[in-house]
Order: sequence, then structure tokens, then C-alpha cells
Amino acid sequence: MTRLRWSGLPLLASVIGGLLLSLAPLPLALAPFKPFWIALVVIYWSLEQPEHMGLGRAFLLGLLCDLATGAMLGEQALRLTIIVFIVLRFRSRMRFFPMLQQSLAVFALLVNDRVIALALRLLSGAGWPDWSFWGAPLIGTLFWPWLFLLLDELRRMPRRGVA
Amino acid sequence: MNYMGNPAARAPDAARGTLRLVMYLVAALILMTADHRGGYLDALRERASTLRGPLYWLAASPVRVARDVTTAVTDQRSVIAQNDELREALLRAQAQIARQSTLDDENLRLRALLGSRYRLSLDARMAAIVDVDLDPFRQRVVLDAGSAQGVRVGQALMDARGLLGQVVEAPPQRAVALLITDASHTTPVEVVRTGLRTLAFGTGDSERLRLPYIPFSADVKVGDELVTSGLGRRFPAGLPVATILTIEADDSGTFAVATARPTADLLRYGEVLLLREEAVPIAAARPAAASSSMGPPAPPAGVAAGISPPLRNPARGTSPDAARAVTESAPAAEQQ
Repeated sequence: MTRLRWSGLPLLASVIGGLLLSLAPLPLALAPFKPFWIALVVIYWSLEQPEHMGLGRAFLLGLLCDLATGAMLGEQALRLTIIVFIVLRFRSRMRFFPMLQQSLAVFALLVNDRVIALALRLLSGAGWPDWSFWGAPLIGTLFWPWLFLLLDELRRMPRRGVA
Repeated sequence: MNYMGNPAARAPDAARGTLRLVMYLVAALILMTADHRGGYLDALRERASTLRGPLYWLAASPVRVARDVTTAVTDQRSVIAQNDELREALLRAQAQIARQSTLDDENLRLRALLGSRYRLSLDARMAAIVDVDLDPFRQRVVLDAGSAQGVRVGQALMDARGLLGQVVEAPPQRAVALLITDASHTTPVEVVRTGLRTLAFGTGDSERLRLPYIPFSADVKVGDELVTSGLGRRFPAGLPVATILTIEADDSGTFAVATARPTADLLRYGEVLLLREEAVPIAAARPAAASSSMGPPAPPAGVAAGISPPLRNPARGTSPDAARAVTESAPAAEQQ
């Protein structure tokens, strides 16, 4: 029972951390390069513990993000659902990739997500963003290995503590 | 290699996954359409704002701490220098206000002579911009006041130098304002020098506005100042908006297109003013009862367009004092 409660804690902590990071202010020049933090967190959990991060949870989490950031309701829900779907499809391959290759896969996921975001943006009537729009996936990819190691450590901590 | 072991067993599983994906995608698309086209989900947003308060507070706390530390370690000399600077600025501003108030009096007299029933009074309150980054590709800011403090949707937002934007969402605690440079925002403007009226569109770049509909025959020069025209009734007339930077012909050659740089400092985060414009009856030849029922109470006599820092009680009522003051000032004006 205790273990069950503990195992959800790292997930919750990382999701809240991701949400706060995505709201944290940056200098205006750097703002477009802000990585899609929640996506990175979601990729990690669907990769390592798909029983904790399925399509449904990704959708709900996306709705939460939309409410928090005041974006169009459903936008991030759609993007996160698509990411999780792709990760779950290729999960067994991605898990055993070496770190470099895995980072490249994450880059592909983030770029794909950017394309979807662009499509939604154009559909909703906003104009074309400038080139810095494509900087965020790159920065996100650079953060991926560190985030992966950090979350791995976080996930193992309670297990070690209980045992 | 479980995943490729038994294709027959895998197929229905994959199909179910895809089905669920499609289901969620459709749900998301329906939500987006409802939100974007109809605005049906505003009630939900209002309710979510209780959740947003603490979240924003937490997200902004690193900046707050950094600012507190800066305040703590700023040395006395720079504080004194800044104090001198501010005192000088205050003196200048006061001198300007003194001049302004005579103009306002004159304006009031002239309007009374013209028989105009209303004069415009600006009412403002301070609000701070919360250091929270929403979507970097949309120009919006979060304010630390909401409908509980009297903020209303549609209120204009300005800093000391010019127009910033308008309030688009006003939940009880934290209102969200759209800046004039957002790609979806349009400001009705007027060229100060010539009185030409046109529209200034946001570009998504906080240094640029775009004015695509200027007739070739119009007299517009680089450096011309733009103010709000007051058309559309969203913004009070005469607030500084931008300065013309470039003018060139558009692709079709039917209009000139200008770009302009906003006067207000859209990059700096800090304190802003929330304006509320109200038509206050002058009531030159009207019974006091009729005029006082026309609108909210007038500010104390003598302040025409003065900005009074505290927001008046939003509850509508009539204050007999103010109404009398206004009715008295009008006949006095006619005698002069």
C-alpha cells in the first residue's frame, strides 16, 4: 500500500515541476526557445512507465496545461496525446536506444509537435511565427539527457527508500 | 521481442490504441472549436482561475526572490541618485498637470457652450504585471488584480508613456490583458498631425505595429505620432500609441503600408495603469436629477480628465456633492 502511494509521487512531482517551469518567466528574447517541458516529462513517463502515462492521462494533463497557460482549450491536450501515442508505438525500440539516438528520437518528436502546433495556430487564424519558433525543439533535446537521468533518479528514490 | 512476436495478437491491440487516439483527437478538436469560435468555455475558465492563482504565485516566486535580493543589496548611493531622478520627473509631471488642468477647464467651458452633454473622465487604478510567461507567441500579460478589485473586460491598459493593451479576461483575482502588439489585436488610431484615422494591427513582435490601410493621398510622414482615435469605444481618445517608422507601398499598390513603434514600453514588466473611461454629464441646462441618473457620479469639481489613483467604488450610485459641483461649474463657465 505504502509502495503504491510512493510510486505516484515522482510522477506528480515531475508534472508539477514541468508545469511551473513552463510558466516561469524568461527574458523576452529567450522566451520562444523555452522547451515544451511538459512534453519532455510526459515522454519520460510514457517511455518508462506506460501504465502511469497513457493517452487518457496525457489528454487530461494537456487540458490542465491549457487552463494554466490560458491557451486555446484542447491545444496542448491534442499535442500531448499525439506525443504519447507515438512514444507508446515505438516504446520497445526507443527504450533500448543509446542516449544519443534516443535524444534524436525525442528531437523528432518535438519537431513533429511543433508542426502540429503550427498547423493549429494557422487554423486558429494566427500568423506565421518567425524562425525562432523552431528553436524550442532543439533546446528541449539538449535538456533531454539530463532530464532523463534526473527523473530516473527520482523514480528510483522511493523504491530504495522503502526497501 | 514481444512486440513483433505474434502479429495476430497485436493487431486488435494496435487498432484499439489508434481508435482511442482518434477519440481523444476528436475531443480535443471539439474543445478547441468550442473555445475559439464560440467562447462557450468561459465559465470553465473562470472556475479554473482559482487554481491558477497559487500556481502563478509559485511560478513567479523565483523572480520575486531575485527582486527582493536586488532591493536588499542596492547601495545607498544609487537609491539617492534614483530618488533625485524621480523627484525631478515628478516636478516636471506636476508642471504639466498644472497646465493640463487649465486646458481641462477651458475644454469644459467650451463643451458647455457647445451644448455637449457629456465630458469624458478618466479613472485609473494601478496594477502590477505578474511575472508569468503564458505563450511566448501570443502577447499577453497577467495582472495581479481581477474582477474582485473592480477590473472589467475591455478596460484599457497603459504605462506612463502610452497604450499597452486591453483586459480580455477578468476572473476574480488575476486578469489577463492582450497587448496592442498581439497579432490578433487591432487599435483604432489617429495621426496627431493630420487627424487621419486608420487602424494599427499587432504583428506579434513587441517592437512593431502595422498600418496597412493608408491611402496614397494621405499625408503621413516618418516620425508622425499616433494616438487612439476613440472609435470603436474600446479605448479613450488621445492616448499615445506609436510613432511611424517606415512607409511603403503594399503589394497591390492600392494602399501605403506603414510600420510603427509602440510608445509604451512593452518589454518592461512592472506597474501599469488600468483606465476606465466614463461619460460624465455636464448638465448645463438640464435638471440635476435627470443628469445624475445619466451616469456614474462625477469626480470632485475641477478635475476634468485628471487621473485619480484609487478606483472609485464600482457600485453605481449618485453622489449629490459631485453632481452639484458639476452643475455649478457650468453656469460659471457661461458667464466668462
